Amino acid sequence: MQQNELDNQLSQIRDKLTGLDRKADNRVFLPCEAENVHEVCRFLFSDLGLRFVISTGIDAEDCFEVLHHFSNDESGCLVTVKAFVRNRESPELDSITPLIPGAEWIEREMHDLLGIKFRNHPNLERLILADDWPEGVYPLRKEVQA
Amino acid sequence: MDWKLWALKKSIWVFHVNTGACNNCDIEIVNLLTPKFDVERFGIKLVGSPRHADALLVTGGGTRQAAIRLREVYRQTAKPCVVFCMGACACGMGIFEKGYHMAGPVDSIIREVDPNAIIAYVPGCPPKPQAMIMGVVRALAALQPKEKYATERVGQPVVADPR
Amino acid sequence: MSEPLRKSVLAVGPFHPLQEEMEFFQLTVDGEKVTDIKARISYNHRGIEKLSETLQFDQVPYLVSRVCGICSASHPLAYVQAVEEIAAVKPPERALYVRTIINELERIHSHLLWVGLAGHFIGYDTVFMWAWKYREPVLDLLEEITGNRNNYGNVKVGGCREDIPDELIPKINQELDVIERKTEMLTKAVLDDPVLHARLKGVGILTKEDAIKYAVTGPTARGSGIAIDVRRDDPYAAYDDLDWKVISQPEGDVFAKAVVRLLETLESVKIIRQALARLPKGPVSVDVKEIPPGEGCGRAEAPRGETFHYVRSDGGNRPVRHKIRAPSYVNVPSFKASCIGADIADVTITLAAVDPCYSCTERIAVVDGHSAVIHDYDELLRLSREKTARIKKEIGAPDVKLEDC
Repeated sequence: MQQNELDNQLSQIRDKLTGLDRKADNRVFLPCEAENVHEVCRFLFSDLGLRFVISTGIDAEDCFEVLHHFSNDESGCLVTVKAFVRNRESPELDSITPLIPGAEWIEREMHDLLGIKFRNHPNLERLILADDWPEGVYPLRKEVQA
Repeated sequence: MDWKLWALKKSIWVFHVNTGACNNCDIEIVNLLTPKFDVERFGIKLVGSPRHADALLVTGGGTRQAAIRLREVYRQTAKPCVVFCMGACACGMGIFEKGYHMAGPVDSIIREVDPNAIIAYVPGCPPKPQAMIMGVVRALAALQPKEKYATERVGQPVVADPR
Repeated sequence: MSEPLRKSVLAVGPFHPLQEEMEFFQLTVDGEKVTDIKARISYNHRGIEKLSETLQFDQVPYLVSRVCGICSASHPLAYVQAVEEIAAVKPPERALYVRTIINELERIHSHLLWVGLAGHFIGYDTVFMWAWKYREPVLDLLEEITGNRNNYGNVKVGGCREDIPDELIPKINQELDVIERKTEMLTKAVLDDPVLHARLKGVGILTKEDAIKYAVTGPTARGSGIAIDVRRDDPYAAYDDLDWKVISQPEGDVFAKAVVRLLETLESVKIIRQALARLPKGPVSVDVKEIPPGEGCGRAEAPRGETFHYVRSDGGNRPVRHKIRAPSYVNVPSFKASCIGADIADVTITLAAVDPCYSCTERIAVVDGHSAVIHDYDELLRLSREKTARIKKEIGAPDVKLEDC
């Protein structure tokens, strides 16, 4: 859809977000709390028909951030949902794989590398680390030295 | 002179192993088969199983997962065999040295299985096909130090400069 | 009396002659049809995202160039675009054109590579040798411009490292003429060959619905009727200034994807010619002193699809987080949708049609130790070629003719 229509539509889920950062015409960030991430992604993917690009997991010192990137190909706009996972001891987030099968691998990867558990993920097995990699060591966490 | 090594220098059957490479070295190895470089005229052939191979062409820095398989492949390879480390990653992990998932480099992985393995290094990122051919030729010449590495092969002279 | 269901497990991978990386898909079959696929990837995982955090911003392009050898221009380009977004830096016009030319040359050699491999998988070794022979001049050109046949290392934050010397332009145009002629001939041979039609049409279909669910990009998407292309949708480099079209086909089968790639190669030749004719004068880079805190997204259309990089900076001289997504990461899982229900003889070509840049993602080769029948990659390749030979015999067609013109 065209950019101005996208902007209108995004205002519809404003109540589920904690902000709406427009870094540029074609770069929008939607911060939200963990419990709303599934609803926001469902809105973007199923209602607006945006294309799922990938997700980024970040160890942001005081919390984990899970960014789900979507693309509105018609206007070239990247819409990134930024979910804050505040429980560092046992980080959990609702999986978006039941909604978007293409997200299966990246959620498994974030589970391997950051230790975030994705609730309702159909297959949260090890994906990217070797068979003999020790359990409980999450390489992308800041405490693990490069 | 070991008759097996003699057989080795007539025509080299190679088996390609990727232990976590970015693809560049692997593509250049496949390039060796194509018309511009055409290593089949030297008798070098890519085979589908390590059991038939005289040499292993190993690319990649040796990730943890790949290390286990590499050792297994080396065990299965017919001996004597030469291990060619193709590319900077295989020679010494290159820019991936500090990666948390690396077990390499290739020579240390192979030497865990066989401390006396014959290993040749062809550096480059990626090494050009000409460099790979030269690497193979030089290694074979080094294995036969007393002889000039020029041999007749079914009427076709195969000449390579051992210097 | 009914036959008991015979379920067997096929292991595709880990080591096989013409597939460069180790990849592992564990297929379950029922007779000759694929019923399920499991994938576990780990062989190529080198921990690049973590390594990025230890390097300075201007060292990272050299690292990400080696995420994948065939997309080695697209990854650093997407990365520097993300950083340029954070720093609000605009490279000079000439740099944008040089970037375009290098990336399109890469697309040409990557698509020709694919055509060759696809030919090999179905037993058309002439096509393999021929396509790779005509790839060589492109690699030589890239070497003349950037210093390396692969891993060009030509982009940096703020522009390009090396310029294209004006004296080289006539030579590039000459080579493009040859490449165009050859590709046109190859395209015609493929489009007209009845055996290829019979062998590849209707094979490995990825429906539009599945393509959306798996979020595929690049020729994998465009071959299923989804006409997306980052060069047009979110323009970067000089694509906005040039006249070219997005190629797509609706059928979703291997044939459609082959057609998309061949026609795209011809389109790339067009783009490079225009870019060379309009190459602006001036410098090819601007100085960038520091990267402020912030986050940026950069993307480029690699030969396999959209390459996406996300970079976060805290004002220091290293990225705090660098996310790399290669196109194959979303394309390869779609193999599950296009392969289930297919013949095992078609498995290799269906996977190849996704053009997995194996080292861009992780391949896992796995599993052994099943008591059921196991066919290795060599066996699957043999089955694929036998199918082609059978079809050839049924149709009674001559071998595809590729003249040296």
